[in-house]
Amino acid sequence: MSATLEKGINALRENLDAPIASYFSSCVRCGMCAEACLFFTETRDPQYTPIHKLEPMRRLWEQEYTLIGKVKKWLGLSKPITDGELEAWSPLVYDSCTQCGRCSLVCPVGNDITYMIRKMREGMAAAGHAPKGVVDAVKRTITLGSPMGVKLKALEAQIRDQEAETGLSIPIDVAGAEYMALLSSMEIMNFPEYLGSLARIFNKAGVSWTLSSEAFEATNSGIQIGVADLAREILMRIVTAAEKLEVKKVISPECGHAFTALRWEGPNLIGRPYGFEVVHILELLDQLRSEGLLKTAGKETVALTFHDPCQIVRRGGVVAQPRRLLGDIAENFHEMEDHGIWNWCCGGGGGVSANERAEKLQLTAFKRKQAQLEKLDVDTMVTACANCRIVLEEGLEHYHMDIRLVGLTEMIAAHLEE
Amino acid sequence: MTAMDLLLWSRGPGLGIAAAIFLFGMVLRLFEIYSLGRKADLAPARPDSPGSGWRTMFTRSIPDAGEFRRAAVVMTAGYIFHAGLFIVLLFLLPHIALFDSIFGISWPSLPTPVIDLITVVTIIALLVTLLHRLMDPVRRFLSGFGDYLAWTVTFLPLITGYMAYHHLLLDYTLILAIHILSVELLLVVFPFTKLMHMFSLFISRWYNGEWFGHKGVAS
Repeated sequence: MSATLEKGINALRENLDAPIASYFSSCVRCGMCAEACLFFTETRDPQYTPIHKLEPMRRLWEQEYTLIGKVKKWLGLSKPITDGELEAWSPLVYDSCTQCGRCSLVCPVGNDITYMIRKMREGMAAAGHAPKGVVDAVKRTITLGSPMGVKLKALEAQIRDQEAETGLSIPIDVAGAEYMALLSSMEIMNFPEYLGSLARIFNKAGVSWTLSSEAFEATNSGIQIGVADLAREILMRIVTAAEKLEVKKVISPECGHAFTALRWEGPNLIGRPYGFEVVHILELLDQLRSEGLLKTAGKETVALTFHDPCQIVRRGGVVAQPRRLLGDIAENFHEMEDHGIWNWCCGGGGGVSANERAEKLQLTAFKRKQAQLEKLDVDTMVTACANCRIVLEEGLEHYHMDIRLVGLTEMIAAHLEE
Repeated sequence: MTAMDLLLWSRGPGLGIAAAIFLFGMVLRLFEIYSLGRKADLAPARPDSPGSGWRTMFTRSIPDAGEFRRAAVVMTAGYIFHAGLFIVLLFLLPHIALFDSIFGISWPSLPTPVIDLITVVTIIALLVTLLHRLMDPVRRFLSGFGDYLAWTVTFLPLITGYMAYHHLLLDYTLILAIHILSVELLLVVFPFTKLMHMFSLFISRWYNGEWFGHKGVAS
């Protein structure tokens, strides 16, 4: 895949659509999106104003798809997009945007800026200006099967460990199971207890489930980098495996961007609806709860809060479920000031945590979460995304904050009625 | 050319030319937007938010409390000048008389002293937005020629209308002609600048609201 400016511009052209034309036509440069973006609020640097991150795409749209833009270009008032310009925009499009979607909710004229960043990344990647860290993650996903290079052997080792830990068998490649569970690399490598928790909960609730040896990795770096072809290839592994095993539903792991990739982008990437349904693990747990199949005992007494993963909540619509589930097992629960669809991102979503170039900026952006937490004075923060969890752990450590982090699924598993 | 000639031109051919450019521009811009089309979303929508796009067209006018605090100047001045512009445009007696003469419909006006006060408040609010644009780092960074042009053509009808009503500085006939010409200038540049947002924001809010509603996030 050789990258050139021409390819980048073509990719941008292909992605320009009526919503984007409407969004650019409507922007009044009020700058309110700046205050919605944690990369701006924690740096006060105007270049991090979300709409500014799209300036090359806006100019391309104006020059090619509006009369006034064509006149401006003809008069020499509007300059063509250069390769150097796209390169200069790379840190804005990749390092300082987690696609958290907060700006899209704030914009008074209704511009879905995050939607445009997703499309802008297609042009940036085609022009060869995606950051190395994310490019490498995509390469590993294509060649090895996962962005962190996790192979089946590693998963099998974790399965054996978790089977020993729980005393339960973890099904793999069971055709005709109702559910096929997916994991993110981070869950396999850093939080294997998530897998054990699934085994415990599904065993109690009598859920028929399986893993697939051909598709266990749910994260999709193709989407984070903005290359639809690669995103499609990564996604097809899951679709093929699920349709081969003839499962009715596929369970997205806690990981937020995996959910976006599977649930919302997937059918559009492959150009057809799936032969199965996609549910997020929290949706499934909440459903089991309401059916009386998930019974818990005992409550956490420590003061705790919930960090809303952007892609699950604001961009995914799973808002009430984690609260209902937490209500059963926590008696001292406190909401952050901006929570639910108004939450603030951990600072490392959308490929930012895989992008070494953004490391320092990511820690600066974490100050937003720090400020939120300092207002609360809690001992524990529960979340439901392995990537958020890693990023939050790094932030808490860096700022010497003594808060314990727990995944919601694990916390529920620890409270299962015996 | 006398002031009266200018006034007659502005009320006759001037208005016709401005209205024609405005209408042509609006049709063109709407075509430029919609002709790009969009792909159908194949991901199954959540069932709980039907009509989210239509609702968002209106609900997006109500800001989140936290965001209001973070952008108090933009929001306060923004609300005031938008409301002021519409009140003055739609409820000043001579304006209603004009609408009546063109479209044959009229409605009750507000007392002139009230409109006068609202005009002053609106002028102040617009000056605040200009100062904020010039002084605030984000606003200054984002602004270009188009933003100042849009501000100017919005401000001119207000200030010239105020001057005409109070017989300030210039001869009444002349300032009235200038007032009408300033509105015509506004009409001419409207479709080709960010002023277009007055219409396109409803399109944008609809797309945005549908997108969020598709995913089950209430708008």
